[in-house]
Amino acid sequence: MRRSPEIVRGLLVALVGLAVTAVVAAALLALGGHSPGATFAALIAGAFGSWDRFVSFTLVRATPLLFTGLAVALAFRAHVWNIGAEGQLYAGALAGVAVALLLPTGAPLLILPITLVAAAAAGALWAAGPAAMRTRLGVGEVITTLLLNFVALFLAQFLVQGPLQEPRGIFNQTDSIPEAAHLPALLPGTRLHVGFALAVAVALALWLYLARTPGGLRLQTVGASPRAARVSGRFRATPVVWAAFLTSGAIAGLAGWVQIAGVTHRMYEGLSPGWGYTAIAVALLARLNPLAVVVTAIVFGALSAGGGAMQRDAGVPEAWVRGIEALVILAVLATDRCWQLLAARGKGG
Amino acid sequence: MAELSAVSSFLVAAVGLAVPLALAALGETVTQRTGVINIGLEGSVIWGALGGALGALAAGSYAGLACGVSTGALAALCFALFAVRLGTNQIITGTAVTIGSLGFTGAVFQSRFGATGIALELPTVAALEVPLLSDIPILGPALFNQAAPAYVAYLLAPLLAWLLFRTRWGLALRAVGESPDAAYAAGVPVIRTRLLATVFGGALAGLAGAHLSLVHTGTFAENMSAGKGFIAIAVVVLGRWSPWGVVAAALFFGAAEALQFALQAWDSELPYPLFLALPYLLSLAALVGWFGRARAPGGLGSQWPRARG
Repeated sequence: MRRSPEIVRGLLVALVGLAVTAVVAAALLALGGHSPGATFAALIAGAFGSWDRFVSFTLVRATPLLFTGLAVALAFRAHVWNIGAEGQLYAGALAGVAVALLLPTGAPLLILPITLVAAAAAGALWAAGPAAMRTRLGVGEVITTLLLNFVALFLAQFLVQGPLQEPRGIFNQTDSIPEAAHLPALLPGTRLHVGFALAVAVALALWLYLARTPGGLRLQTVGASPRAARVSGRFRATPVVWAAFLTSGAIAGLAGWVQIAGVTHRMYEGLSPGWGYTAIAVALLARLNPLAVVVTAIVFGALSAGGGAMQRDAGVPEAWVRGIEALVILAVLATDRCWQLLAARGKGG
Repeated sequence: MAELSAVSSFLVAAVGLAVPLALAALGETVTQRTGVINIGLEGSVIWGALGGALGALAAGSYAGLACGVSTGALAALCFALFAVRLGTNQIITGTAVTIGSLGFTGAVFQSRFGATGIALELPTVAALEVPLLSDIPILGPALFNQAAPAYVAYLLAPLLAWLLFRTRWGLALRAVGESPDAAYAAGVPVIRTRLLATVFGGALAGLAGAHLSLVHTGTFAENMSAGKGFIAIAVVVLGRWSPWGVVAAALFFGAAEALQFALQAWDSELPYPLFLALPYLLSLAALVGWFGRARAPGGLGSQWPRARG
């Protein structure tokens, strides 16, 4: 009984938010001299116009957003404000590619599991510093995770220009990873790789963990009211916060390596166009629910896939896509907040 | 003699690169002292760069600077209306403002100038030489032969240090950041203080952005802010939320960046990306307390009034 209003509220907020976004975006497009109808039509055609557009573009672009979106959703559930998914993604990408390139090629069957574990471990390690700083020293994680994003970017730059650079030494990128480290296609004849299925599996696992296990309940209790969790004395908050940081980092780390193993097959500077930040929008629109993140990641994947078509067919610069992403976040935030305020007023509070 | 001039030109570059960081970070210091963390600062910087470019094309380089200040302030106002007035989550709102600003500045730029890839040429703000002071060996040209925004930073640092720590007004402002409830009980208008401080921070970040387009490059390019707004937040931390500390930290970041260019120019084998990472690591060290305790304002990032419901 008590769950259904929460789901209804979530759906309503998301739908109202998206509707507000569409209206504001249409007005801005018209102001900029573009036809909103033609723009949206090109965007939708680019993302959903054919089975191949949907699978090979929208779902492929949704995959890193799904991983990072889950990472952010889990952390935010525990009120761990991890905005370091971008850095953790790079840490995972670097670890995965380093292991794939340096591992002796004798064990082709083991290479994928080993690289996936390495990527997750590196992402978790990248989140461990901020976790220690928060739990031991009381230093807020917003600034520490943000700072580490830049450290990860520079580390990636250093590695692809130096120790991990392709032997030709021309471009700032690594060599191609061995074939055995490629993620196989999920649907033959499309570009969609197994990484998407892996991401959906992670979403399911997280949902089960949060909804059905004592650990998940503890995590949400700490998130909902850290003080109550402490005062209740039933469990200690510190291990829960650590778990949230490390799991979040590990999932974000997978995002980076899965993108390489499934799509690019090599590491280069600027691998991510800011997935770790877009992830915040993905998680927020899903109200931090892992299953809903699957849907919202596809929505943002569609925006990204449709952006190219929008530029090509409607002459609207792709930069608009990022503007629309921001509008989604602001519209959802404002809708949710207004709902909250109205509800409080309704109760006479 | 050649080495001396190399040192001197390195210092000129270091100070020049530090100026936008110092401006944006001084503004963000005031903002954060009221308990608001504006991660949308990057958005103000890029709007400042675009506003500066458009203003300079319309009415000359100094009008460009003024225009950059206003566009930067407007971006911060947008952030503040959501995060302060409406009370949405500051971190998420700030991220949205940054993403949106990078997108919409790109859209405005392309619709105005097309996507031809031809670099835009802007009237630049020339360096102003301060008589006598600029004749000081080595340091003189670095400090006193810079464009106008540098002098704004020099004047603002002592002014803000005095305002924040020596006046009743500054006390009220810091009280809002440390304990908004107590400040409110004492009659300080919390929301208004936070709004104004955030817009002030955005205005300075806008000036920093205009400095990028009108002093450093003489052009505008999409995403040219390149993380300067985020770096400014690191500068605030390393400078321990004090104007003087912030200026020192900005110089340090500027020096690291200048060193990168110098190393590239000398075709050195030294791994310059690691130099660029150094200031961030030192900021983290500052948070851990290696240089004494750096403590963020008590109410930083908190919603006020507290959400009920």
